Amino acid sequence: MSLARRIIACLDTDGARVVKGVKFEGLRDAGDPAALAARYDREGADEVVVLDVAAARDHRPTFVETIRRTAGELSIPLTAGGGIRALADARAVVDAGADKVTVNTAAVRDPALLTELSDALGSQAVVLAIDALARAGRWEVCVRGGRQPAGLDAVDWAAEGAERGAGEILLTSIDRDGTQSGFACDLVAAVTGAVGVPVVASGGARAPEDFLRVFEDGRADAALAASTFHDGLLAIADVKAFLAARGLPVRQA
Amino acid sequence: MKVTLVDYGAGNLASVEQALRRLGAATERCATPEPLAAAEAVVLPGVGHFAALSAALDARGLRAPLAGAIRRGVPFLGICLGLQALWEGSDEAPAAPGLAVLPGRVAGLRAFPGGKLPHMGWNTVRRVAGRESRLLRGVPDGAFAYFAHSYAGPAGGDAVAVCDYGSTFAAAVERGNLAGVQFHPEKSGAVGATILGNFLGFAG
Repeated sequence: MSLARRIIACLDTDGARVVKGVKFEGLRDAGDPAALAARYDREGADEVVVLDVAAARDHRPTFVETIRRTAGELSIPLTAGGGIRALADARAVVDAGADKVTVNTAAVRDPALLTELSDALGSQAVVLAIDALARAGRWEVCVRGGRQPAGLDAVDWAAEGAERGAGEILLTSIDRDGTQSGFACDLVAAVTGAVGVPVVASGGARAPEDFLRVFEDGRADAALAASTFHDGLLAIADVKAFLAARGLPVRQA
Repeated sequence: MKVTLVDYGAGNLASVEQALRRLGAATERCATPEPLAAAEAVVLPGVGHFAALSAALDARGLRAPLAGAIRRGVPFLGICLGLQALWEGSDEAPAAPGLAVLPGRVAGLRAFPGGKLPHMGWNTVRRVAGRESRLLRGVPDGAFAYFAHSYAGPAGGDAVAVCDYGSTFAAAVERGNLAGVQFHPEKSGAVGATILGNFLGFAG
């Protein structure tokens, strides 16, 4: 009756190569996206997200080619994001094999983009990515790779985004990202309580217990990690075995 | 063996195409009636709206050739919306006709406490007791498959497997040469590859 809790591997790229920064700073190279994605598919990931964190306008064709190569390796769903500013950008990665696209800064700038994308591609293909920073008991939305406060409340923005056509929320805690100190379960719970679409929790994964907490306390539908998986600190199969032993529905390959 | 992939202008064919090629099949895309007359096996993938699919089948002149290929006994696999197209119609677009090669209609899933719509993600595929399935040979009962939809066909009749999400609906159907899955085998990991391989097996 209930869907499997999803474990998602995220690849932050510069368009062509995988990088991952601590709190979005200090990027370091960690490999070829298509090869890493194929590894995660074999290791039991339920989905792969490939982000272009540099998102420079002049190298879009490189990123689209990265998505095409990655999609060709995968037998599980693929989400592409970073630098999606218009329907044409979204179509380019969907045509290259992505099942979903994430939008972040461009949606804050023009919320109607969410409706335009969802009308054209279906809401199942539109993911609103929110980078949230804790501030005085609430969470503020930040854009431009988490560097710039947008003057929006993250919970309100998630609800508005879902209303406007986003079929999923990818929620990153800037405070936890890259810290390996556990997911921000309070933030995740606040958003899952406010929206009727699936919420993917991101930022802070380190131990199997962190995943259990964000599914139970945060009521997340999926949990995402990047460096924790590709630095080999944690294996996806071990996370799933841990969750299954505690009665959560997970897909075990 | 060559698989003819029906291109009606909306679905993302690339992932189905790549999955079939990984299994050693040759593929061709078909957006006109002619290739269907000589097709060895047909796959109708699909994402999007039932009305758009129904209209595109008419606009491209594919409706009668598709129904004809099915009647001739050409192995046929419908995926997601491509399965829904086999029934008489859908509540998603009550005025738009389906191919009507399966009896019954497609209905909307209903949200329920803890059950969000669209039904999107990995859910279990439950075999219908006493129904043989060539498509699901080697797939364990209760295996997870990847779903992304808000509408689904009836669980009775030709269903060989069902899925429970608020209500119980057809996850896989088989009738002679005709097969269909509501989930996306091309996105369902090893389980999906087994199912596509089984289709190629009985098609070839």
